[in-house]
Parts: sequence; C-alpha cells; structure tokens
Amino acid sequence: MKITLFIPCFIDQFYPQVGVSVVKILEKLGHAVEYPEAQTCCGQPAFNSGLWDEARAVAEHALDVFQSAEVIVTPSGSCGAMLRVFYPQLFAGTPRYDLACAVGRKTFEFSEFLVRRLGVTDVGAEFKGRATFHDGCHGLRELGVKDEPRQLLRQVRGLELVEMDPPEVCCGFGGTFAVKFPMISTAMGEGKCQAIAGTGADYVISLDSSCLMHLQGLLARQGKNIRCLHLAEVLAQSL
Amino acid sequence: MSPNTAVQFKAQATRLAADLEHRQWIFKALRGYEAKRDECKARFQNWEGARQAAAEIKYDTLNHLDRYLEQFVHHLESRGARVHWAADARAAREIILDLARQNQVRFIIKSKSMTSEEIHLNEALEAGGFEVFESDLGEYIVQLRQEPPYHIVFPAMHLKRGQISEVFQQKLQAEPVTDPEALTMIARRVMRQKFCQADMGISGVNFGVAENGMISITENEGNARLTTALPRIHVALMGIEKLVRTMDDLALLLPMLATAGAGQWLTGYNTLYGGPRLAGESDGPEQFHVVLLDNGRTRLLADAEQRDVLHCIRCGACLNVCPIFRNVGGHTYGTTYQGPIGSVLTPHLRGLREWKHLSYASSLCGACTETCPVKIDLAHHLLHNRRNAVQAHPPFFERLAFAGFQVMMRHPALYRLGTTLARWLQPLHGLVQGTALDPARAWTRSREAPRLARESFHAWWKKHRRTTSPS
Ligand code: SF4
Repeated sequence: MKITLFIPCFIDQFYPQVGVSVVKILEKLGHAVEYPEAQTCCGQPAFNSGLWDEARAVAEHALDVFQSAEVIVTPSGSCGAMLRVFYPQLFAGTPRYDLACAVGRKTFEFSEFLVRRLGVTDVGAEFKGRATFHDGCHGLRELGVKDEPRQLLRQVRGLELVEMDPPEVCCGFGGTFAVKFPMISTAMGEGKCQAIAGTGADYVISLDSSCLMHLQGLLARQGKNIRCLHLAEVLAQSL
Repeated sequence: MSPNTAVQFKAQATRLAADLEHRQWIFKALRGYEAKRDECKARFQNWEGARQAAAEIKYDTLNHLDRYLEQFVHHLESRGARVHWAADARAAREIILDLARQNQVRFIIKSKSMTSEEIHLNEALEAGGFEVFESDLGEYIVQLRQEPPYHIVFPAMHLKRGQISEVFQQKLQAEPVTDPEALTMIARRVMRQKFCQADMGISGVNFGVAENGMISITENEGNARLTTALPRIHVALMGIEKLVRTMDDLALLLPMLATAGAGQWLTGYNTLYGGPRLAGESDGPEQFHVVLLDNGRTRLLADAEQRDVLHCIRCGACLNVCPIFRNVGGHTYGTTYQGPIGSVLTPHLRGLREWKHLSYASSLCGACTETCPVKIDLAHHLLHNRRNAVQAHPPFFERLAFAGFQVMMRHPALYRLGTTLARWLQPLHGLVQGTALDPARAWTRSREAPRLARESFHAWWKKHRRTTSPS
C-alpha cells in the first residue's frame, strides 16, 4: 500500500523524530511511504479560534496536497480529527465539501492505521521501562482511538504499561487555550502530572505531541524526571 | 461593558485555579459522584441506547413544540390550573409579583429551580417587599450566604461542614455542630415554621408531560412536596423546552436524569402535579399557576445548528466531568448555568458579545459531549459559538495574526522561510525569557518551552528519503 504521510507543522518543527519513527516503522512493515513536500498545517489553530475563513484557506491547501492520496497517515490524533471530523464541517455548503469528506475518510491516526487498517499489533519493538499512556482527547473522543495504542504497547518487549488514575482526563493543552487561559491550563496539567507520577512510570506515551509538549514543559518545571514520548518513538526505538 | 465579564472571569479563574484546597475538594466530591454514576449506568441494559432514545424524545418534542405545548396547556386548564406566558425574564417576574400582590401574600417558600435563578426571581420578590425562603437545603445555605448556586444540581457543593455550621451560627443563632445530621435538623426546624407561614409556594419544573398536562418534579429532600402542597397558592415556573410527550417518555427520562445528575437510580421523590385542589380533595393548593417562560428559547429553537441545546434536562453531568469546571468552580462563570452547558447556552440567553469568552475557556476535550444523557454535542457547540463570535465581532489582532498564519501556511516556501528564521531567532529567546518582553510568557510562566529541532522533518526527508521516493 502506498501511504501518504501527513506530518503536522509542529511535529515537523519541534519533534521531527516522531515523523522519522513513523517512516521507519511503516517501511519496516514493507510499505512505500510518500511525503508531499508542499504540506504545511491542517488549519486547526485558526479553526479552534473561531476563524473559520482563515482555517478554510489553510485547509484548501491541504486538500490540494492530499487529494490524490490513497491513504493519509498522521502521527497526531488531533490533526487527524481536524481532517476527518472538522473538514466536512468547515466545507459544508461549499463545492469542495465532497472532496473534504473524501480526504477525511482516508485519513488515519498512526496507531489506528496500524491496528485497524493493517491489522498489525506487533511491530517487533523493544523498549525497556515502565510507562503510562495519556489519551489525547481528540484521538480518544473525536476519532474513537483508545485500544489501538494499548494493543501496540502491550506487544513491546520490555515495556511495562500502567494506567493512570483517573484515566482519560484532558491534560489541559487545548491549543490556543493553553496561552489564552494559562492558569487553568496549568492547573489541569498539574492534575495530570500528579496522576502520571502516581503510576511510578518513567515515561508518558501519547499519540499527540502537542499534549506531550505541554506535559513535558510542566514536568520539567516541576523537576520531575519523567520523559514524554510519542508512541511512534517507542515503537521505533529498537529498529 | 463587554470586556468586564471576560476580565472578571479570567481574574477569578486564575485565582481559583491556583487554589489547591478548592481544587482538591471539588475533585474529591466529583470522584465520589463518578463512582456512583458508573454504578447506576451499569444497571441500564444499554446506556448508549437509552441516550439515543432520550435524544430522540427531546428532538421530536421540540420539533413539534407548538403542538405539544397546546396539548399540555389544554389539559392543565381543564383541571383548573391557570397558565401564563412570559416572553422574557421581566415578564415572568411581573406575572409572579402580580400574583403575590393580588393575593396579599406575605411569605413565599420556594423549592429549587434554576429557571427562577435565570430570571433573578428572588431579588425581584424581595424588592417587591416579599420574604422568600429557599426550602432545598443546599439552596437555603447559599441563600443565607447571599451567593448564587455553585452548581445547577449541587448548589452548595463547594462548602465544607464547618462553613455551613458557621453560617447557621451567624444567621440562625444555631449551636456550633458539624455533624451533617445535626446541621440538617437545624435547617429543618427553621424551615418547618416557614412552611406553615408561607401562603405562596414557588417551584420549578423538571418535565411537563404533554399528553396529560402533568408537571414532574424531582427532588431528594421532600421539600418540594411541602412547598407545593402546603401554601394556598402554587406557582410553577417552567421553561417551554421542558416538555416531553408522554408518561412513557418520563419513564425513561427520570432514571436518566437521576443517573446522570446525581448518580442515583431514581431520586428520592418524583412527584406529578396536575392542578389545584378539586372539590372533594383533601389537600393541595387553592390556586395552581404555571408560568411558561420563553426568554430566548424560541430564538434558539429557530437556530437549526444549535437548537438541540434545548434538549438539556439540566442534569449537571457535563459540569461534573468538565476539567475546566473542576478547576475554576461554579461561581467563576458568573452565570446561572455553569460548566459546558452554561458556556454554550449563556450567549444565547444573555448575548454573545459579553459571554463569548466562556466558549473559549475550554480545551475542547469533549468529555461533556461524551457524558450528556440527551447527546447534546456541547464541545462542537463551543466551536460554533466561537465562529459566531468572530463573525459578529471580529477580533482585530487575532484576525491579523491568523491572516499571517493563513498566508504562510498556504505557501510552503514562506512556511519554510519562516521556520528557518525562527531557528535563527530562537537563541535570543533566552535573553527575554520570563520578562515582560517574552512573547511566549503565557506559556513559559508555568511550563518549559519546547525547542525547535535542529533539523525539521522536511529537511530530514530531503536528505534521506527524497531520492528513494520522490513526491
Ligand atoms: S447539557 Fe446534557 S449533561 Fe449538561 S446539564 Fe444539560 S442534559 Fe445534563
């Protein structure tokens, strides 16, 4: 299968190793990967700020870039949700509505793609350590991705997976929310960090680098020696 | 006036989010709720199916609201009830004040009703020279403290026993006890007298049943029964969206309300009221009035995109799971309805310009949508509110910033150039970090900033993969 990668802008700029890991894993599984170099951003920051016209302009560009893809895989639950769930809303009533829906339908979050589409739960990864998993809200509630990353992690040799209590609570990032209401965002993040620390884990793993950026920023400020990693990084570490 | 509500919200939210004690208290209370709710949900054969059915009931009722209201009113009037239509909050207050004046009422007793909070009824009645007592325990406590309810279902959930004891000592000269039972007894002693004195009882309405014109009230203390049965006049205030079609609808919605609302299988008391005391009946009020309140509801009904907000049965479940509510508390919102439903609804009831900030004070995590028993898509409504706010009152600087964002993201070359520039500038950030000049201050005050990678993914791809798989 020819897989088209969507590497969202902040992964491109801040966490390129996540993208590299995705490439390595998909290639190891025997698939051809392509990366249209004209891609930039999905438009979510503008969309979530209520600026739908600006978001649509960015999304139009993404539609141009991805329209001929067979499947689109992205290592971000949040950007995946933007394409699949919000593009149809954004283009409702416009001539590009059908295309928006089509692009949405062929978009997959990375773990979702591996497990649901490829039927792979064991990529032959090894990773030593105790880790907990953070459900990014968009992946969890907009895309319904919950078991897939856990299935993948359970097959990683050497990895001990422990669940947080409470599970499934937002980390407080929320895009521009994190800077518009920094104190609420931080309070939420602190709650999350407490839950993370409560597991005794050395690593927090997630499908969203944006959540991880927020959490890592808090953990570092608190002086906690817990590392945040994207699922793809964990799976690719031993490759 | 527009920025005031937003500025206040932000200041208050910032203060409370940093209040660890408050945070832990609310968190603990809601964890208890969650455990009970899950237990009750598990007793439904199919909770998701029940949600779907509940949503369909409300959908159908609202789609034919005119017809069902007519039916409802017809049945009520045929049993001697008087029905009043109030277009807005002021009209509703006037109707109730008039009733009190015409009947020479002196004492008024009230059972819990968020709709009465919405129209600021107590203030109006007190200004009109009437004494009003809240008969619900939590509601009575916040009334004594002269504050609004903290939560639409648990009005005094923010208070600890000691604080309740304190207010009882101050206002009621009660003895200093902190045992919940003893505290309840204090309130009950006071309340018993009020019930006997009151000549008017005001209640809210949880559901109105169209097929027989009955009013359903759900409660846990029995106070609503006394409020509506003892005084000679009963006034029920009902938002027009509270209608359901049949008793069968009610049979589904009552356990759902109890489950989602309080983590109960059914609430302690569920009573149906049908009208005044008829000849030969031994109890009930002499007069029975129903005030039907619009106050923006028909306007919302006309909004095809957001009309399902009227499905809300005010269970409070979305507040309970909302991480924002858990951290900023109910009073911070400055609204009658707090939490996600409040953030979605308030702009409709009180104006988008002044209340749009609530729609932005959300991480859009979607926990509210996931929990709502009538399947209102609250998280997406917040997004719609934001879009509407931008359309109605374009925010100049934000628009400007995102106009730049848009141009950059549509032109990959510009995007590459911009990010390269950012890489050069990044080392300079250290010079201003933490100072007023720091553009990332809102982030870095509480969090370490991430660093741009030395080489972007794009650059890596160009180096390592382009030759093998061109695009
Ligand atoms: S919006 Fe839904 S969850 Fe929130 S109070 Fe209304 S019915 Fe309950």
